[in-house]
Amino acid sequence: MPTAPDMRRTTYREALRAGLHEALKRDPRVFLMGEDVGKYGGTYAVSRGFLEEFGPERIRDTPLSESAFVGAGIGAALGGMRPIVEVMTVNFSLLALDQILNGAATLRHMSGGQFTVPLVIRMATGAGRQLAAQHSHSLEGWYAHIPGIRVLAPATLEDARGMLWSALQEPDPVIIFEHAVLYNLEGELPEDAGAVPLDRAAVRREGKDLSLIAYGGTLPKALQAAERLAAEGVAAEVLDLRSLRPLDEAAILATVGKTHRAVIVDEGWRSGSLAAEISARIMEGAFYSLDAPVQRVCSEEVPIPYARHLEEAAIPQVEDILAAAGKVLGRDA
Amino acid sequence: MNPASVLIADELGAEKVFDLLRLMLRIRRFEEKAAELYGETKIRGFLHLYIGEEAVAAGLIPYLRPEDAIVATYREHGHALVRGIPAGAIMAEMYGKQEGCSRGHGGSMHLYDAARRFYGGNAIVGGGQPIALGLALADKMQGRPNVTVCFFGEGAVAEGEFHESMNLASLWSLPVLFCCENNLYAMGTHILRSHAQTDLCLRVRSYDMEAESVDGMDVLAVAEASERLIRAVREEGRPRFVEFRTYRFRPHSMFDPDLYRDKKEIEGWKRKDPVPALIEEMRSRGWLDDARLATLEAEVAREIAEATAFAEAGTWEPVENLLQDVYAHRP
Repeated sequence: MPTAPDMRRTTYREALRAGLHEALKRDPRVFLMGEDVGKYGGTYAVSRGFLEEFGPERIRDTPLSESAFVGAGIGAALGGMRPIVEVMTVNFSLLALDQILNGAATLRHMSGGQFTVPLVIRMATGAGRQLAAQHSHSLEGWYAHIPGIRVLAPATLEDARGMLWSALQEPDPVIIFEHAVLYNLEGELPEDAGAVPLDRAAVRREGKDLSLIAYGGTLPKALQAAERLAAEGVAAEVLDLRSLRPLDEAAILATVGKTHRAVIVDEGWRSGSLAAEISARIMEGAFYSLDAPVQRVCSEEVPIPYARHLEEAAIPQVEDILAAAGKVLGRDA
Repeated sequence: MNPASVLIADELGAEKVFDLLRLMLRIRRFEEKAAELYGETKIRGFLHLYIGEEAVAAGLIPYLRPEDAIVATYREHGHALVRGIPAGAIMAEMYGKQEGCSRGHGGSMHLYDAARRFYGGNAIVGGGQPIALGLALADKMQGRPNVTVCFFGEGAVAEGEFHESMNLASLWSLPVLFCCENNLYAMGTHILRSHAQTDLCLRVRSYDMEAESVDGMDVLAVAEASERLIRAVREEGRPRFVEFRTYRFRPHSMFDPDLYRDKKEIEGWKRKDPVPALIEEMRSRGWLDDARLATLEAEVAREIAEATAFAEAGTWEPVENLLQDVYAHRP
């Protein structure tokens, strides 16, 4: 009988770091570039010590030139390398949006299939650390709108550890969103953790009474809400989307088909959100199995404010998820 | 022809100069045909003609090796032709046929050829420069002694991407030759109305990069500078900037009524037309006579007629293929 691998206590940050380290070790074409990835050690300390270990050719500190270094990532990918580009936050990525949308996402199709852009872009996203309206937005849904790229949202240690290597095996550009509040997430990870499949959502908690559909920074909140509901005798299923493009529509329809009630938890703004897309797909594909209208828990339509109480009020919280769950369960006050 | 160019012609010799003439004529006649086909609605969308600027592509690209890379703009038919993409594949692309060099997905503004390291075809002004950095970085990191040539207009010099790219190329010593085709107009806006400092080389030198200006209406001057600059980039592993001073005789695109330029200005530049200027120089040296010119014209006409026939005979990609090649594997 095979023995279970040893489990190790670790964090989301350490898991990302282990994934990055493995990629640099395994493939000489892999290199990391971005602002403060080297000497500083990475804004979120993910690449601390890498400059010393891998040298300045492969751990490249860049000037504050998002467009130039993301574009350079595209060119390097076209030229046979496997660049990993780190953009400090999703808000800064807007300075590189031309390269991502007009370049990375379009080149394969626009060239009639001649070009392949195996580029991985990592960036931090989301609110929760009182960084105000230019460092806190959750724009994953915008990127998920774009055909030609893949969008991933690791929300667990396992995915933080494994998604990078899987992304590097993809011939197409992949954006990995690391939610800023997850870096200190603690948990256990097998010693031999490695690549994980992409494209598939994962049921993180089984349940039969309603489905909480979440991703990235909202997954821990959905799990907490499920725990609270369990105490009241309600079995909530929690679906972690993991991949925001492509969406695992089959998994979404399967959980709704099972529970007949859905709450979507999305830190993006409600209007035109990823939650709206998922809701529409449920309507198209599972309308007759619904026992209640789909509920969405999204960010308030406001630039994320600095003051803690206002920031907390602006983004989805466990209480909001519970209130939405109450609605789909027909328990509105 | 200026005295320096006379010496360059001496050095190049009759046959190399004849090759330059052939390349310029191929571009000129190809684009005249494209304009005609646009009038017949065979070609749609945007069509940006290079007529007047041929000396730049014709004088530079032959000095590149097959393993060097080219990043160009949306006014790139000439560059594609000189690089060796068959005229038929370019014409078919403009027809939107699947035999086109981008399978009809790109059109006039997005000509690509992976095998010839021709990376298009970028219609976002300044957008190609970061990609050129990355191509050069990949060559450098893999120890390949290649040069990446990046073409853009003077309009791009006002873009943030340009300045980010100059800085990074110089900082990282990337082997890129930045070629500014300064035709004075960013669509309809004259350089004097869009740049506080119109000495582009002065601005580039602030990035600790060598920069020079060349008469882009003189194919011999372009050839001399290009050979020297490409060699310098390759040997030094450092970027260089060159400004080719040129002019487009046609409007910005087929939609442009050309209301912003004085007709006299256009006529003045047409007197510097690089094609007749070279013909005149060659005739005066006894390198070209009527018969040889007629033979060349006939050869070019045949190539273009065949390219047009190829495009006409091309086929439409089945609509069922629409979603192919958005991803390598359809998710």
